[in-house]
Amino acid sequence: MSTPLLPPIGMLAELTHRCPLQCPYCSNPLELLKANRELDTETWLALFSEAADLGVLQVHLSGGEPTLRRDLEQLIAGLAGRGVYTNLITAGVGIVEGRIETFAEAGLDHLQLSFQGARPATTDRIGNHKGAHEKKLETARRARAAGLPLTINAPIHRHNIEEVPEFIDLALSLGAERLEIANVQYAGWALTNRDQLMPEREAVDRQAEIVAEAQERLAGIINIDFVTPDYFAIYPKPCMGGWARDAFMVTPDGTVLPCHAAQTIPSLSFERFEPRRLSSIWADSPGFNAFRGTDWMQEPCRGCERREIDWGGCRCQAMAIAGDAAATDPACAKSPVHARMAMLIDEAKRIATTPSREPFVYRRIGAVTESA
Amino acid sequence: MMALRERAVVSLRSVPSLPKHVRIQYDSVRQAFAVLSPEKIFWPNDVSLDILRRCDGRSTVGDIIAGLAADYEAEQEAVATDVIAFLQEWSDKLLVRP
Repeated sequence: MSTPLLPPIGMLAELTHRCPLQCPYCSNPLELLKANRELDTETWLALFSEAADLGVLQVHLSGGEPTLRRDLEQLIAGLAGRGVYTNLITAGVGIVEGRIETFAEAGLDHLQLSFQGARPATTDRIGNHKGAHEKKLETARRARAAGLPLTINAPIHRHNIEEVPEFIDLALSLGAERLEIANVQYAGWALTNRDQLMPEREAVDRQAEIVAEAQERLAGIINIDFVTPDYFAIYPKPCMGGWARDAFMVTPDGTVLPCHAAQTIPSLSFERFEPRRLSSIWADSPGFNAFRGTDWMQEPCRGCERREIDWGGCRCQAMAIAGDAAATDPACAKSPVHARMAMLIDEAKRIATTPSREPFVYRRIGAVTESA
Repeated sequence: MMALRERAVVSLRSVPSLPKHVRIQYDSVRQAFAVLSPEKIFWPNDVSLDILRRCDGRSTVGDIIAGLAADYEAEQEAVATDVIAFLQEWSDKLLVRP
């Protein structure tokens, strides 16, 4: 291999697929796992301990909704005991009073709270959960009262892109240190709902200007991270910082993946923690080695001066749009099928502005097999 | 409800500290000190690490500069420019609280 194998630094743990919200862009797979498939407390703690041994410094506790795990305090304490930096990624709906304080006491370092809209009606509609916005505001207040640093995460798409200035005000008013304006990535449920979610070009351009202005104006007051929309890009993102380069994720049943959507690549198979050890999955499994480094690359990636900047972009997007997981990410202007991105934007606009358009397919177990 | 937040400007009288969401930690796997923050991990060089370690919530920036100038046997004025610029940059990223 041309690049040396590095130890992983970050890990995303999807503790459960259960969630009170039904966001139509969820990054979970279409086939959601039920509670009886979830790893138990001891197995997660063993996995975390191995991750720390392997070099993981930061764990993002996510889902589904991770606070639905009754053992979350124990899991946080286990990680904190190993000096691992813990980030709880929550929808902030239905967390019983007093529980956020117990997370803080267990050693939680940081809390990331999603808002589906900056306006209550948007939040409630996108998550398909009445009253969600109010509950999130309460979660933010409790997190601040418990002394927890706060990031507000705003997934952006056609139905809330005009609320970007209000998201900035919301994050400021909640005392957040950080705001993520994160344009939806079209994998998982978002790919199913792409035509309903894709924003229009003019709105994307306006958004970029608003965010750039706010980043400058609010330097030293709030950090604004901007996850740009792939379909409007010139260069792809270094997805996951490069396939199996320094991060991985674990699904509720302990399957270890290089990224959220890796299981959409049919030629690859992935292994579960126990019986396999994390260290052997990281170093030796074919799924992890498939797109590691640069040896797997075809042209135009192979000869590109950016090959170790963006690592070929997203393998799953290459699979979904170019039909070849080893192709250049179509988000890249050098991709031979880059023009398809613009066609998909136009097609989405046509469909989304048709009066009789289909509604969202909300994320819930079995939804993709039902009529939406 | 909330006090208006303003960008902090680092001066010689500032008393910097690391906010709760930032911590310095030795990583035995990579045998280096890491600065852990919500989404990013930094690998500071020896001098940067030396500055960050002195952000203890008690020492002023003036004290930190004097200490560094003595330890590195350098001109205080030259050290001052670099240290203030460094702390302002880290403050603007909310990684240091001046």
